[in-house]
Amino acid sequence: MKPKVDLSKILLTSAGPLLCIIGAAAVIFGYLRGEAAVILSKAIMVCMECIGIG
Amino acid sequence: MDKTDKTNKTDASPKNAESKNPGEKKKSKKKKLREAPRHIAQAVWTAVTNSYVAGFLKGRIYQGELKKLCVPGMNCYSCPGALGSCPIGSMQAVVGSSGFKFSYYVVGFLTLIGALIGRFVCGWLCPFGLFQDLLHKIPFPKKIKTFRGDKPLRLLKYIIFAIFVILLPMFLTNDFGNGSPYFCKLICPVGTAMAGIPLLILNEGMRALAGFLFRWKLAILIITVLLSILIYRPFCKYICPLGAVYSLFNRISVFKYRLDETKCVSCGACSRVCKMNVDPTKNCNSLECIRCGLCKKACPTKAISYGFVSGGVKVGKSKLAEDIKPDKTAET
Repeated sequence: MKPKVDLSKILLTSAGPLLCIIGAAAVIFGYLRGEAAVILSKAIMVCMECIGIG
Repeated sequence: MDKTDKTNKTDASPKNAESKNPGEKKKSKKKKLREAPRHIAQAVWTAVTNSYVAGFLKGRIYQGELKKLCVPGMNCYSCPGALGSCPIGSMQAVVGSSGFKFSYYVVGFLTLIGALIGRFVCGWLCPFGLFQDLLHKIPFPKKIKTFRGDKPLRLLKYIIFAIFVILLPMFLTNDFGNGSPYFCKLICPVGTAMAGIPLLILNEGMRALAGFLFRWKLAILIITVLLSILIYRPFCKYICPLGAVYSLFNRISVFKYRLDETKCVSCGACSRVCKMNVDPTKNCNSLECIRCGLCKKACPTKAISYGFVSGGVKVGKSKLAEDIKPDKTAET
């Protein structure tokens, strides 16, 4: 007798790799539309809020 | 009372029997050794991602192109040694900017890392996690494993993420449409520890500017430090927005923990050793699991394993309980 196909298990195991691909695509898209430049402009200055001054 | 405490009372494992005899010293020595590889990995990662030595010497921060990249853990980008950017700070910088109201870059990064390894980041790649781990090693007469309200309080980190990391920077903006990084400004003790204190020590000008806000954040840091001695990783359990995000991926991440139910003897050794109060026999990929690996090491029957899963095929060391059962039924 063949084991039953568990759809929820398949979804659980395939969601991880699928989200990795979606995540990587979103990183590239965000980089291309200039978000990394915003981060860089913030991160190269001392963040006054972070250190508790501003 | 917490379930972990119940298992403590009904324990009949060989390890517990060992703890009742004079071999106690030997056992505690073993436990320290077990955590050493993880602490070394945490320390190496912290050193690599904060290796801008000139920053520590001159009281400045790194200003190169690498700062475009996020690091997976809580690592303030204003730390004098930081080479990369904190994802939570970056998220607030983008959603609080006038140009963008959603960050594909940071959300994509968090999705990628979360879906790949989940809260493994918290256990192995977070500098503030290491800081709390070391603080918890300071001896104290009565350490607190759990308390009334522990479980509901763990939801606080999700609320903090939604309000202070997303909503406030997005909607509470100035006339130019820019929002402040409210989590960094009002709550984050990581920035105070990794950036505020070093920069104020090294830079006289900044020292003169420190006022109420710095004292407020310093008070939060001191409370976090004191609580970390008593409670294991209080910041990770109740406050950390990054841990909150990664926790949502624990169940589906490619890197997973597995429980082989055919090997598990329900001795409770795994839940007893877990400092995050997770019971791996109920859910070995719990939202709270930081994947430190102590449960795997404590298991006397090697029922817990971990590894990467691809397309339903296990690549780790032992078979999944779920993988074994269908084979058995197929044979019969």
